Amino acid sequence: MSTPERGKRQKQRKVLLMGRSGAGKSSMRAIIFSNYVAKDVRRLGATIDVEHSNVRFMGNLLLNLWDCGGQDSFVESYLNNQRSHVFSSVAVMIFVIDISSREPAADMINFAATLRALHEHSPGSKLFILIHKMDLVPTEQKHKIFQQKTEEVRARCTEEGFTDQQVEFWATSIWDQSLYRAWTQVLYFLVPNAATIESMLRKLADLLDARELILYERTTCLAVTHITRASEAHNPYTDRFERISSILKTHKHSMAKHTGMLASETSFAEMQIKTGAFMFFITRLTENTNLAVVMPSDEAAFNAARVNVQLARREFAQFDIVEKKAARDLPLPHRQDGYRGQMYGMDESQYSLNDAEAPIRGYED
Amino acid sequence: MHTLFSSNILSPPPAPATQQNPFELLFNSAATSNSTASASNSSAHSSPIEYNLLTRRLQDERRATEDARHVEPTAVRRKGHPKLLLMGQRRSGKSSIQNVILQKMPPTETLYLESTNTVKTVSMQSFAQFEMTEVPSQLSIESPEIAYSEANFRELGTVIWVIDVQDDYLSSINSLVHTAGFLAENYPRVHFEVFIHKTDGLSEEYRYDAFREVRQRVQDELSDVGFGHREVAFHQTSIFDHSIYEAISKVVQRLLPQLPALEALLNRLCSTCGMQKAYLFDTASKIYIATDASPTFLKDYEVCSDYVDVIVDIKALYGWQQPAKKPAGGSDADDEGIGESVVTFERNGDTYIYAREITEHLSLICLMGKGSGIDKRVLIDYNVSLLQDAVVEVFKV
Ligand SMILES: Nc1nc2c(ncn2[C@@H]2O[C@H](COP(=O)(O)OP(=O)(O)OP(=O)(O)O)[C@@H](O)[C@H]2O)c(=O)[nH]1
Ligand SMILES: Nc1nc2c(ncn2[C@@H]2O[C@H](COP(=O)(O)OP(=O)(O)OP(=O)(O)O)[C@@H](O)[C@H]2O)c(=O)[nH]1
Ligand SMILES: [Mg+2]
Ligand SMILES: [Mg+2]
Repeated sequence: MSTPERGKRQKQRKVLLMGRSGAGKSSMRAIIFSNYVAKDVRRLGATIDVEHSNVRFMGNLLLNLWDCGGQDSFVESYLNNQRSHVFSSVAVMIFVIDISSREPAADMINFAATLRALHEHSPGSKLFILIHKMDLVPTEQKHKIFQQKTEEVRARCTEEGFTDQQVEFWATSIWDQSLYRAWTQVLYFLVPNAATIESMLRKLADLLDARELILYERTTCLAVTHITRASEAHNPYTDRFERISSILKTHKHSMAKHTGMLASETSFAEMQIKTGAFMFFITRLTENTNLAVVMPSDEAAFNAARVNVQLARREFAQFDIVEKKAARDLPLPHRQDGYRGQMYGMDESQYSLNDAEAPIRGYED
Repeated sequence: MHTLFSSNILSPPPAPATQQNPFELLFNSAATSNSTASASNSSAHSSPIEYNLLTRRLQDERRATEDARHVEPTAVRRKGHPKLLLMGQRRSGKSSIQNVILQKMPPTETLYLESTNTVKTVSMQSFAQFEMTEVPSQLSIESPEIAYSEANFRELGTVIWVIDVQDDYLSSINSLVHTAGFLAENYPRVHFEVFIHKTDGLSEEYRYDAFREVRQRVQDELSDVGFGHREVAFHQTSIFDHSIYEAISKVVQRLLPQLPALEALLNRLCSTCGMQKAYLFDTASKIYIATDASPTFLKDYEVCSDYVDVIVDIKALYGWQQPAKKPAGGSDADDEGIGESVVTFERNGDTYIYAREITEHLSLICLMGKGSGIDKRVLIDYNVSLLQDAVVEVFKV
């Protein structure tokens, strides 16, 4: 890998989840990270102080999520005696604004004060503003209301010294795939070696002659990234990545209910769908990711693709656990089959499934 | 190299390659099934000659079943088009059922449905023309407004009486019994079924007590008016879970002349391939039109039904090129629409769901039992294609 510091050690990234009480912060967290379904979030209570959670992504990204209870007394304390503790070394702040709020003016004052603190301690941080509970806005007004709110909020960001590039706006609701879309953007921003992953995936996609590859994080079902080749470029469903996130999450719940296991424990090894128009499979790529592959409807190419993805695991695994490899003298208790820190000499004959082409080798750029 | 399936497993050759005899699925007539089943069991290795013999036997038997179908026109009184009539008190949930099943309305949206004042029919073109008509609560079964002429009654399959169990659930018993009595007297071939509806949010105990009370009252009162012999089916339903689909499925199944044949096929498939449960789904409505004889659990249906959604949704996302290609499509045209899908579990590697589109409208969804692992895949694929042919035959009129 070209940049020496990249991926050498576990990347801890601090992510603040803020917004007023009842905005829906914990609801999102529960759905994305704890396998809740939307209708279950009503059971959540208000967050007291800060709830920390550590989520491991893609091997070497450790997401350090701060769900900050939004009641005024807590916010008061974040802004004063805990100011530097809360707002220093922040990589991303996700600020949730309830579009149905009955106190929009107070929300804005709170927002501006928070921004000021953030700019003081982490001026380079990235902001994701989620205009939330959009399901409560009538469909025909959605666009207009979102635009209005965005303009209002953007003005505040500029006032507090954040550039337009630092701030992104997303309309979200826990009742549809928009939540996955927004969080996918957050994740993509945080994944340290997205470009490297993409270049590896692109090579794989070319080799398989796939229409599309989508990399999903396993527990959250969020799309990390995707490679769309020319044959799929005109797919009219531009929101298909988050729709599939949502489908996979629902499937997970369905399986969990049937087997009586926890949703967090339920995961399929592989799912295949074959039709006359396309062939699709999704399977484990690394410890933390699933790879969805969309192929043209061709039995032989499909089978070759499945085998090649299995072979590619080693390449991606090696990449995924750079951290572990550095400390390879330590025993790895959860080492999984085919999940090796190093490439061992593989029998060349096993490669030649797709014509005589040797698939996915050496990604040293 | 570790592969789950061998590379050619997904397009198995027509010749059986497994130890077990895949021809076990052959569709025997009921009378001879026992003896032939054991006979084919004993012939562990099928030689080419046997293959021919068996193929011929398959053809003979098919012809036999076709003949059988032709000589029982008395049973085929309706043209296989399920027509259902929904009746019951105001706000009992008739429109909700109609909309959720046939229009895919999300259950929460039924809250905004307005009261129905005229006879309203909704139909869906699925494996058959499937029709549900709501009768406004103020109309009785004899009233001329229903416009159910003699001819219409002849086509009618089932009258469903909907009772809101969260309301005063005994208040409509009188009109229910009146309706059942009228049908028994005039149109004895029309089925009558009762949905004890809105069971969501009720305790198991309360639900069961209410169910028993309604059933008892209806049966007592029907006996009092001399129709005690009349068979009335009762179902517990709610639009907020899969129970409404399960109930409608049962109602539709009673109207299908093909049901015994389909069940026999599914039983055979399950026992031959070691499947836990097999459903034949109407893909669009997610009603199942047949299942094998093993015990039926709602949760099995749920997971299969959810899986149909997964396939349909993903197909919608990536099937976008299909319409454009169709005119140009040559030899592949046959293949289009025939989808196939499997899920393999991480936990217990051998348990998975197997799904296959049987016709444009029907899908086979199977829960694979223990021991029906990867190695059986050729056998399963092969037998399912036999079943597919047989189902297509059964529906050919
Ligand atoms: N309609 C709608 N309601 C939502 C949505 N997201 C969350 N809610 C509801 O908002 C309420 C508050 O959600 P929480 O997630 O507990 O709010 P919070 O931001 O964590 O609040 P604090 O912990 O007090 O800061 C819950 O009852 C959710 O059901 C949404 O997208 N649409
Ligand atoms: N809890 C619960 N409510 C239901 C269920 N089915 C329907 N409802 C509700 O019952 C109310 C009445 O439903 P409708 O479908 O309009 O009833 P209807 O029988 O068509 O009523 P009329 O047209 O006035 O005769 C609606 O608010 C539905 O949301 C159910 O299974 N459970
Ligand atoms: Mg909270
Ligand atoms: Mg109605």
